[in-house]
Amino acid sequence: MDTLISENILSPIFLTLALAILTTLILLVVGTPLAWWLARSRADWKEVVAALVTMPLVIPPTVLGFYLLILLGPDGPGGALASLWGLKTLAFTFPGLLFGSVLYSMPFVVQPIRIAFEAIGERPFEVAATLRASPWRAFWTVAVPLARPGFLTGAVLGFAHTLGEFGVVLMIGGNIPGKTKVLSVAIFDYVEMGDWRSAHILSACMIIFSFCVVLFMNSFDKYFRRKI
Amino acid sequence: MMPNAKITGHFKTTLGNFDLDIALNIPGDGITALYGPTGCGKTTILRCISGLHRARIGHFIINEEVWQDKNYFRPAYERAIGYVFQEASLFPHLTVRANLLYGAHNNIALDDKQFDQIVDLLGLERYLDQFPKSLSGGEQQRVSIGRALLSNPKLLLMDEPLSALDKTKKLEIMPFLERLHNTLRLPIVYVSHDLDEIEQLADYLVLIDEGKIIASDLLYKIQSDPSLPLATSHNAAVSIDGSIENYDANYGIARFAVEGGFINVPTVPMNQGDRHRLKIYASDVSLSLESGIKSTIENLIPAVIISCQKNNASQMIVVLNLGHDLNGSKILARVTRRSWDRLGLVVGRAVYIQIKAVSLVRNKE
Repeated sequence: MDTLISENILSPIFLTLALAILTTLILLVVGTPLAWWLARSRADWKEVVAALVTMPLVIPPTVLGFYLLILLGPDGPGGALASLWGLKTLAFTFPGLLFGSVLYSMPFVVQPIRIAFEAIGERPFEVAATLRASPWRAFWTVAVPLARPGFLTGAVLGFAHTLGEFGVVLMIGGNIPGKTKVLSVAIFDYVEMGDWRSAHILSACMIIFSFCVVLFMNSFDKYFRRKI
Repeated sequence: MMPNAKITGHFKTTLGNFDLDIALNIPGDGITALYGPTGCGKTTILRCISGLHRARIGHFIINEEVWQDKNYFRPAYERAIGYVFQEASLFPHLTVRANLLYGAHNNIALDDKQFDQIVDLLGLERYLDQFPKSLSGGEQQRVSIGRALLSNPKLLLMDEPLSALDKTKKLEIMPFLERLHNTLRLPIVYVSHDLDEIEQLADYLVLIDEGKIIASDLLYKIQSDPSLPLATSHNAAVSIDGSIENYDANYGIARFAVEGGFINVPTVPMNQGDRHRLKIYASDVSLSLESGIKSTIENLIPAVIISCQKNNASQMIVVLNLGHDLNGSKILARVTRRSWDRLGLVVGRAVYIQIKAVSLVRNKE
């Protein structure tokens, strides 16, 4: 074993990156309309939805993972869905892992975007309407640019949170190398096996990478804020 | 009511603890001011007109275009309005230029010339590439006025656009509003609780109190109607539009032709034919029976008393008509009851009015 970084040490890194990037993208697409609705709706029951979205923050990851396992397993709706393309279950697959991550990281993305939308207030949208901007145009030209810090915070938190996810992954993804074995599980495995060197490499990489992401996002935001 | 009214509407809605019930019938051009105490519903009327607030019951028609009736409500973003809010409310993430052009996306007629004209009118050339936060309050408000104008509105709504500014900033924006009024043929509905502003700018006035209209008429008619609160207030005045007959450069005095007579005003040099608005306070006007009196007062003008009303125990407010036919300008005079009785004045009596001071409030170009 001459090479410092072997094939099987790289695979969890790529898998984790793919998972975190996809999760963040899906959450930005799904979470933005949800955050918008939570920020602007006057429906009484919106707080019920808000509480549901926040739940993953407070329940233990293993509990969430356990119910997801049932949901995605052969007897749950996930299994029924999987049967459409000839699989028996969504558990222990990458799409299953992705679904779990999206739910698990949802509050970290939705909450900052919702707060940013709420902070804009009513006036800019009234101004936009009096300038003949349709609600759709006002959303893209006023709401999104003004809520930019919320989007950045949400994206960073969602990304970082998915990187470090452990309990949910272990419950629904298991430990299949190349398919569901993500960084945090791999590190745990190396420590279990006594391979501290590999555990060190992965852990250090994770710390450096996380730091770079946060630093980049912050400087990016500062650059824009200076302009305004 | 104005026979040529082009803007009509009726809004019924509930506002906190009182009901708003307003039937509007105002001219389709010039500046109409909505005046009343804070909380009387002025802003809500603008919000109903713009479609930002949907009145429970209402209709609104402007130049034969229906914006709201029993079965129809046109959303705000489909109404050709410009709305200038009390605070400039510029988009902080856009430059002044982008702010100005925000509403211009469906202004097909907009070309560089129109853009330059409005930028020039409001004196905004210097700020085009700056962000709003680097502008002062008055500059920001000018941008917001330009932004509203560039969306090519058929009706401009202004909600106390000067109230968030201090006195100097107000004086800075006022000339722009006057130029706006003179340059653009665009009806403006102007909300204010500052009578000075209204007497300077408005052509038509709607008095509002507790969600109801008290009076709605040409500004000078409301000013000179003793049954309305303006004429009997402490600083009652009339606004009269006149044009310069000649200018005496030697003494620096302009002679204005107004309906029913001439009024002399000391002023900086002005051109013959220029139109201006004169404001005359009731407390600056006194009455006499003879024309021959020697006095330092510049203006001694024949007039006829057309009505009078007791103001309080000692004073009365007198409405006069300049000249001898009844189409002359209306002037208010505040006199003591004792002098009224001593001179034996009665309604219908021809008198001479002495005007101590006249202020020029608006350049009508």
